[in-house]
Amino acid sequence: MANVIRRQTPAARLGRGLLYGVLILAALFYILPLVVMLMTSVKPLSEISAGSLLSFPQNPTFAPWTKAWGEACTGMRCDGVGGYFWNSFAIVIPAVLISTTIGALNGYALTKWRFKGSELVFALMLFGCFIPFQVVLLPMAQTLGWLGISSSRAGLILVHVVFGIAFTTLFFRNFYVGIPNELVSAAKLDGAGFFRIFWRILLPVSAPIIVVSVIWQFTQIWNDFLFGVAFSAHNTQPVTVALNNLVNTSTGVREYNVDMAAAMIAALPTLVVYVLAGKYFVRGLTAGSVKG
Amino acid sequence: MAALEIHNVRKEFGSERVLKDVSISIDSGEFLILVGPSGCGKSTLMNAIAGLEPVTSGNIYIDGEDVTWRTPADRDIAMVFQSYALYPSMTVRQNISFGLEMRKVPKAEREAAVERVADLLQITHLLERKPAQLSGGQRQRVAMGRALAREPKVYLFDEPLSNLDAKLRVDMRTEIKKLHQRLGTTIVYVTHDQVEAMTLADCIAVMRDGHILQLGSPDEVYNNPVDMFVAGFMGSPSMNFIRASLENNNGGYQLRIATPGEDELVLPWPEERIAADMAERLNQPVILGLRPEHFSEEDERLTSQAEGTLLSASVAVVEPTGADILLRLPLGEQEVTARVGPKCAVAAGERLALRVDMGRAILFDAETEQRIA
Repeated sequence: MANVIRRQTPAARLGRGLLYGVLILAALFYILPLVVMLMTSVKPLSEISAGSLLSFPQNPTFAPWTKAWGEACTGMRCDGVGGYFWNSFAIVIPAVLISTTIGALNGYALTKWRFKGSELVFALMLFGCFIPFQVVLLPMAQTLGWLGISSSRAGLILVHVVFGIAFTTLFFRNFYVGIPNELVSAAKLDGAGFFRIFWRILLPVSAPIIVVSVIWQFTQIWNDFLFGVAFSAHNTQPVTVALNNLVNTSTGVREYNVDMAAAMIAALPTLVVYVLAGKYFVRGLTAGSVKG
Repeated sequence: MAALEIHNVRKEFGSERVLKDVSISIDSGEFLILVGPSGCGKSTLMNAIAGLEPVTSGNIYIDGEDVTWRTPADRDIAMVFQSYALYPSMTVRQNISFGLEMRKVPKAEREAAVERVADLLQITHLLERKPAQLSGGQRQRVAMGRALAREPKVYLFDEPLSNLDAKLRVDMRTEIKKLHQRLGTTIVYVTHDQVEAMTLADCIAVMRDGHILQLGSPDEVYNNPVDMFVAGFMGSPSMNFIRASLENNNGGYQLRIATPGEDELVLPWPEERIAADMAERLNQPVILGLRPEHFSEEDERLTSQAEGTLLSASVAVVEPTGADILLRLPLGEQEVTARVGPKCAVAAGERLALRVDMGRAILFDAETEQRIA
């Protein structure tokens, strides 16, 4: 039902029609690459070389998907991107959980247990959001070497946690600023300490911002290529690096359908996360404070 | 023994001095109200008592024990916050028992305590609800219940009624007073509402700029204010301050109020209320303090024995409140408020003869604003 009162003159209707037309065109333009990828990934190779990019598949087949998952060659090996897909999960899940946890604790300490210089600490952490990845590649490689975890999953997790903390701290800090300090004072008087107040009072109302932090971190880390290519060995590569290798390994004919299927596989988790939790993402970003 | 003693407490934020040598002592079972305009330091003092902010110097004793450097949890106090500060994720029952749980009170005792305060505050039917499902008045009750459950030595109330609407505020005020009379608890209560202060307190501390200006019973603070600030802050409508000059009158004193373009007004000062240092202020400007109820219609009986002094003035505004009528009338260079009975049939613009009860009038120094007599 219309919840806005609008002018109903013919000119106004025409204007609105135009507006919607432009919006729909823009939406189609944005969805087009995904559609083309999806169509190409289910076409047999013969159809791709014969037909146009935009034609619908005549004989849809899932063979390119199974090939991309288990048989396609990524560099010297030919066992698909499946293994790297799970590699990515093994890196992303711990990195997301650790960086979100630390971010929440940081945000809590920076807002509810202010100390001398806490604003400066926050400003410096904020600065961490703007550091370009390339700048730290060499020092990070050196550090990972010293720690004895270069080319391992643990090393990649550490790198992503370190980079993620700046963002997660920012999220949680801005969320907790909106939660009244009196809640913490009341809990202190009731006899609760630092961790107890966090666990019992603040964490239960933090769901919106946890969702934001998890989605953000998941997307960032999953989509990362630079750290993945720089700090992994062949058996710890994330799926993004494997995808790159798959596309760049050409023996004879270029299998666009397999490339597209592999790209879909690599993009799928972030798409799924976004579709499932995107509503909460927007809600969490716009949540001002907690009622109550 | 004093239940709460505050000894020369100072608090500084950088170079700003928020509390300047505050000392208060109250007995067990007393109801102390800290009142003053915003920024006077009353909330800071409250936080210092609670232990939420460290003091710069001085000591705080609860039940004779020095608690100045103890954590809030170890002071045996409970606090009701202005915003209620109910834990949003917990039910009312969990809110009330949280403090007991943190103190490792056995579950059965906790349940008993919850039932006891829920019964006392009539919130038993709300126990399973979350704070977001409660109205303002109900949240207020839960916040009080949370404080009452622990039975601490001192209760702190930080403007607990200021978020309620007018009618509910009056009801809750009465309820707090009843609770205090019934339980005999020691309460420190911060408010900027002088009516709350007058109606609830055993003892009022009027604060301004980090000082306690006056500490006394509501009667003392209202009828014998130490200076113009206290006199003006307590009472609604507030006290009228009238510029006058002090003159000799056959050995006694009188006040002359300049009334440009009219007969001048002279009010004799009652003999029994002559103060020692009035002589040095002869022919100097002073401020005469008269509360609205110190005026009355000519034929009304006066509360004090002294014959009231008659004056006549033209009424500028008539404000009936129902219970009585407030009149605004020009007196000398200023307009004053007078409170007369509801039957007074006077219209704006008419002249009215009023009696002034000089036996209760208060005289202030025009410069220092301190009380003279």
